[in-house]
Amino acid sequence: MVDDNMTLTKTNTAKVKAVEPDFDDEDTTPPIKPGKEREPLRARIEDFSFFYADGFQAIKNVDMPILDRKVTAIIGPSGCGKSTLLRSLNRMHDLYPGNRYEGRVILEPEGENLIGPESDPVIVRLRVGMVFQKPNPFPKTIYENVAAGLRVRGIKKRSMIDEAVENALRRAAIWDEVKDKLNGSAYDLSGGQQQRLCIARGLAPNPEILLLDEPTSALDPIATAKVEDLVQELSESVTIVIVTHNMQQAARVSHRTAFMYMGEMMEFGETQTIFTNPKHPRTENYITGRYG
Amino acid sequence: MPDNLIMFIAVPFGLIMAIYLSEYARPAVRETVKPALEMLEAVPTVVYGFFALLVMTPFLQNFIPGLKGINLLVPGIILGIMILPYVVSVSEDAMRAVPNSLREGGYALGMAKWQVATRIVIPGAFSGITAAFILGMSRAVGETMVLAVAAGQNPNLTWDPREGAATITAYIVQMSLGDVAYGTTAYESIFAVGLLLFVITLAFNVIGFYLRRKFREAY
Amino acid sequence: MAVTTDGPMGAASKTNQEAFDAVSRAQKKDILFATGGLIVMAIAMTLLLTLIGDLVIRGAGRISADFMTSYPSRLPQRAGILSAWVGTLYVMVVTAFLAIPIGVAAGLYLEEYAKKGWLSNFIEINVSNLAGVPSIVYGLLALGLFVYGFNLGKTILVAGMTLALLILPIVIVSTREAVRSIPKIIKEGAYGLGADQWQVMWNYVIPAARPGILTGAIVGLSRAIGETAPIITIGALTFIAFLPPPPVTGDFPFLSFAWLNEGFTVLPIQMFNWTSRPQADFHTIAATTGVVLIALTFSLNGIAIWIRYRLRKGYRN
Repeated sequence: MVDDNMTLTKTNTAKVKAVEPDFDDEDTTPPIKPGKEREPLRARIEDFSFFYADGFQAIKNVDMPILDRKVTAIIGPSGCGKSTLLRSLNRMHDLYPGNRYEGRVILEPEGENLIGPESDPVIVRLRVGMVFQKPNPFPKTIYENVAAGLRVRGIKKRSMIDEAVENALRRAAIWDEVKDKLNGSAYDLSGGQQQRLCIARGLAPNPEILLLDEPTSALDPIATAKVEDLVQELSESVTIVIVTHNMQQAARVSHRTAFMYMGEMMEFGETQTIFTNPKHPRTENYITGRYG
Repeated sequence: MPDNLIMFIAVPFGLIMAIYLSEYARPAVRETVKPALEMLEAVPTVVYGFFALLVMTPFLQNFIPGLKGINLLVPGIILGIMILPYVVSVSEDAMRAVPNSLREGGYALGMAKWQVATRIVIPGAFSGITAAFILGMSRAVGETMVLAVAAGQNPNLTWDPREGAATITAYIVQMSLGDVAYGTTAYESIFAVGLLLFVITLAFNVIGFYLRRKFREAY
Repeated sequence: MAVTTDGPMGAASKTNQEAFDAVSRAQKKDILFATGGLIVMAIAMTLLLTLIGDLVIRGAGRISADFMTSYPSRLPQRAGILSAWVGTLYVMVVTAFLAIPIGVAAGLYLEEYAKKGWLSNFIEINVSNLAGVPSIVYGLLALGLFVYGFNLGKTILVAGMTLALLILPIVIVSTREAVRSIPKIIKEGAYGLGADQWQVMWNYVIPAARPGILTGAIVGLSRAIGETAPIITIGALTFIAFLPPPPVTGDFPFLSFAWLNEGFTVLPIQMFNWTSRPQADFHTIAATTGVVLIALTFSLNGIAIWIRYRLRKGYRN
């Protein structure tokens, strides 16, 4: 949902406001709150709301657990607030003046509130990495792209950076494709390779959570399959939250799925349950293709 | 010789101003400064000649002993100032053309604004910025009136900026003012000199054009 | 090499205190950057505005009806810019009549009719490079071609033609950009109604591109007003104490073009001439002429910026 032409100093991010489905939809079933998780958590989103600078409430009182080293998917129709929620987790909305958060995003196990007044958004971004919709490698070499996050952290020792770069590229399953051209431009890679490079860039500084914002929406099916395999592999070592427009993708890669609609989280649960036995009528409408 | 001075002023000032406007300034500031720069681009060059000879030179003579009324230092400074609005506005355009998704990628890694500016925006806009400076330089080289007024028309090969010397363009003006008769050596010589000037600026422009196009293709 | 995986505390381990420090140092540096940028910009803008302010302070006092209606004189107290501004006006009329129709037509042709290929590519490179050719080179071209080649003499007509050549690239480029920025859907809609290419051009493309074309024409004319070097090169006189014959006469057919063939001077040449004099009194009236020149070019550019601003707002919805 990021418009390339907008400027960072504009008061707001470009956003798509929720559009009512065009069929008569009188369903008023309240959202189903997530149940208690038995698995260890990496973060808890509690009673979270988000307001854009113009006063538009894009997220309404969302509760959602994020499981440690699992993949959590957020699905829902365009404009439901899924990207907005994701971008709240690493405080991207702080780049634009006037946006406001309410509620808590607690990072476990320390219990720090990421959106609290005492948290520095820049420090939050060191702990929570992000990969964007469109591959956005920097206009630099492949090596420097991956090293960028390490340099921000003040790491200067060449051997440490070399090691971390190789490690990240291996984890992103792109090492074999780029190991001979680390000093080549990142723009010489294909779209799918660029996106995996961006994943490596996000992984290199060892974030606690990695956010993926529709990472395959600009990729062809083969490149998409590679990224999906990668997401599943990575979930053994890092906590992942992925926003996707593609329900099959959520079903394939995630352990938990959250369904959002008009800024509210309608249902949250084990991916299999959400797709085979949804409890909320809107979830059922969505996954059976009645809107989206 | 004045060329070095021009770049000495235009490059650092132009770059810093462009970065400030594109990355730091509030929209209100940018929306005010950008049109102001466009207006300043429209100041006739003969007015800059006036500034050089009658404002800047007497002012600097207070500080620099031995600065002659007609010299190379002041036209250099004034030309640097003259091309500044153009250089700033073109390179700021180039910086703003760098997609915002790249900036967000930088911020997501925890970069500060200056890191985003120097590590992402400048490399991304590099060919556009270079083109801005080359085209600005080409303007300064082809500029006539400032030099004709303030650098003098004395064919003096000197490295001392406090003295005056003729430049290509000033030479043509001097010859023309003397009402060159058709077919004389003087008449032929201004054409030879003009051709040289044309070739020099054409080279600058072709490089600038090529860089700008390359930059446009990148995004 | 083993692929390391990190535990729940991976990133929060010891190295992170260093990372936090590095980041907060970088954030602090940002304040320096912002302040430094502001200072540099303030210095540069102040310098530019001071220069102009100084000119105004020196010169504005002499602006008067007398100054506008007197001829230049050996005595600075009695000198005025009548012949200069009238000359500028005449030259601009010629320039506008030549540059705008030819430039717009060329721009429309290149954008709408010309086949895209190496030829149009070549022309494009040439047009944009012509815009960067020093103005004095145009003056030399005019001297060789118009003054001596065609034997037109050092007249208003030649000056107008020279400046028209000079601003032609500006008009062409802005016409092309204006046409290019028209949403395709407007043209396709018109073709869909069965309009032919000429009708689409005349009824849809030109009206939609008009503000952009106008902006380019105004910016071009404002540049032409300030140009000195090419006019000096073609040999404009600097001391003119007469006016060209008026274009409107009392006798049939009431229009006269005799003024085209007259000698002339223009504002920037008058200013150049007075600046180069040693006497301080002449410098004052040079400044006054500069104020008039800047007022002219600023108002023209102000209009152009205003049109463009309105245009941008109009397309937003």
